[in-house]
Amino acid sequence: MAGDYVTIVIAAMLVNNLVLVQFLGICPFLGVSSRLSTAIGMSAAVMFVMTIAGIATYLIRQFLLMPLELQFLQTVAFILVIASLVQLVEIVMKKVSPPLHQALGVFLPLITTNCAIMGVALLIVQHQYDLAQTILFAIASAIGFTIALVAFAGIRERLALMPVPKAMRGGPIALVTAGLLALAFMGFQGLA
Amino acid sequence: MADGLSFKNEITKGLFRENPVFAMLLGMCPVLGVTSTAINGIGMGVASSAVLLSSNVVVALIRDLIPEKVRIPAYIVVIASFVTVVDLTMAAYLPELHESLGLFIPLIVVNCLILGRAEAFASRNILASSVIDAVTMGVGFTVALAMLGAVREVLGSGSLFGLAFVHEDATTMLLFIMPPGAFIALGFLIAGVNTGVRKARAVAAAARARAVSAEPAAEGVR
Repeated sequence: MAGDYVTIVIAAMLVNNLVLVQFLGICPFLGVSSRLSTAIGMSAAVMFVMTIAGIATYLIRQFLLMPLELQFLQTVAFILVIASLVQLVEIVMKKVSPPLHQALGVFLPLITTNCAIMGVALLIVQHQYDLAQTILFAIASAIGFTIALVAFAGIRERLALMPVPKAMRGGPIALVTAGLLALAFMGFQGLA
Repeated sequence: MADGLSFKNEITKGLFRENPVFAMLLGMCPVLGVTSTAINGIGMGVASSAVLLSSNVVVALIRDLIPEKVRIPAYIVVIASFVTVVDLTMAAYLPELHESLGLFIPLIVVNCLILGRAEAFASRNILASSVIDAVTMGVGFTVALAMLGAVREVLGSGSLFGLAFVHEDATTMLLFIMPPGAFIALGFLIAGVNTGVRKARAVAAAARARAVSAEPAAEGVR
């Protein structure tokens, strides 16, 4: 049984890394990765929202949608839960840490449209996890997101100092770099 | 810019200057996630465009009824409803495509492109221009997805639209249908398209400069 949990964690963190293998959460991955400090702040916000959203959507599906046979409302219900959670995080962060709130700027409301959060909620449904597995999967996925984002931000900070051909500046070189990072993550294939 | 140009302006905006993928890097998740073949790319592009068009229409129609403070949740509900419609329709009539696009169909709801257009355009403009905006942005998005899908399919599987043009046993660059290839192919595609657009703009500017060189006073206006 414990082996199952280890498999879930390794798979979610590395083998099926949200960003680099499943392509979820590319917007913040490209958007807030130019500085390491903002990348870490964003990751923390995502980790918090992802875990709570995973649990909340699981409970809503189990105790509201399934008994009432309203599974077709899943998309609408999930996105509403996630949107309200993001609002909550924003209010708390504004109160607790104004500098961080300022640094994350427009991307905090955009966590709502972060496919990673919604994607994890849908993956949990797809894998038919129970509550414990749900929590574990959400946290491990968020850690995977953090690893990818922080590693990428570290690379981009150095990349900013490099002479890049004019055509490749900005988005293109970032994407090629992400491709090389994804190539490195393919090395984890077969671990779990 | 002259008034007569504004319609043409709208169209080139979605296709080139503000192409959601090439110029703005919006809605990247499905762009990278489903484009292992050209067909998947087009399917995803059309599905997203359908949602974008319907939600832009509804948002433009109800924009005066929604209180400022709850506008984002309201837009999201509108978008989510249309995504559900598209999701169920595709499951019924195009089960194979629905299967291969998988998770990314319900995830249209969180595509930044769609909410972005609802917030930035449809909520401030009348119905007709919102429709044009949705159509041009949708076409721009679909074209980008189809291009990336075609590049990856040709390089990765040696076929196009499912029609193979290399021998069965031939070695293809498998990397391009795997995740890293998506990033790399898109990076080079964006670089290529942006360079092309920049060159075209330079040519147009040079032509304009030549046209007005007869009256040097106009030169400063540009």
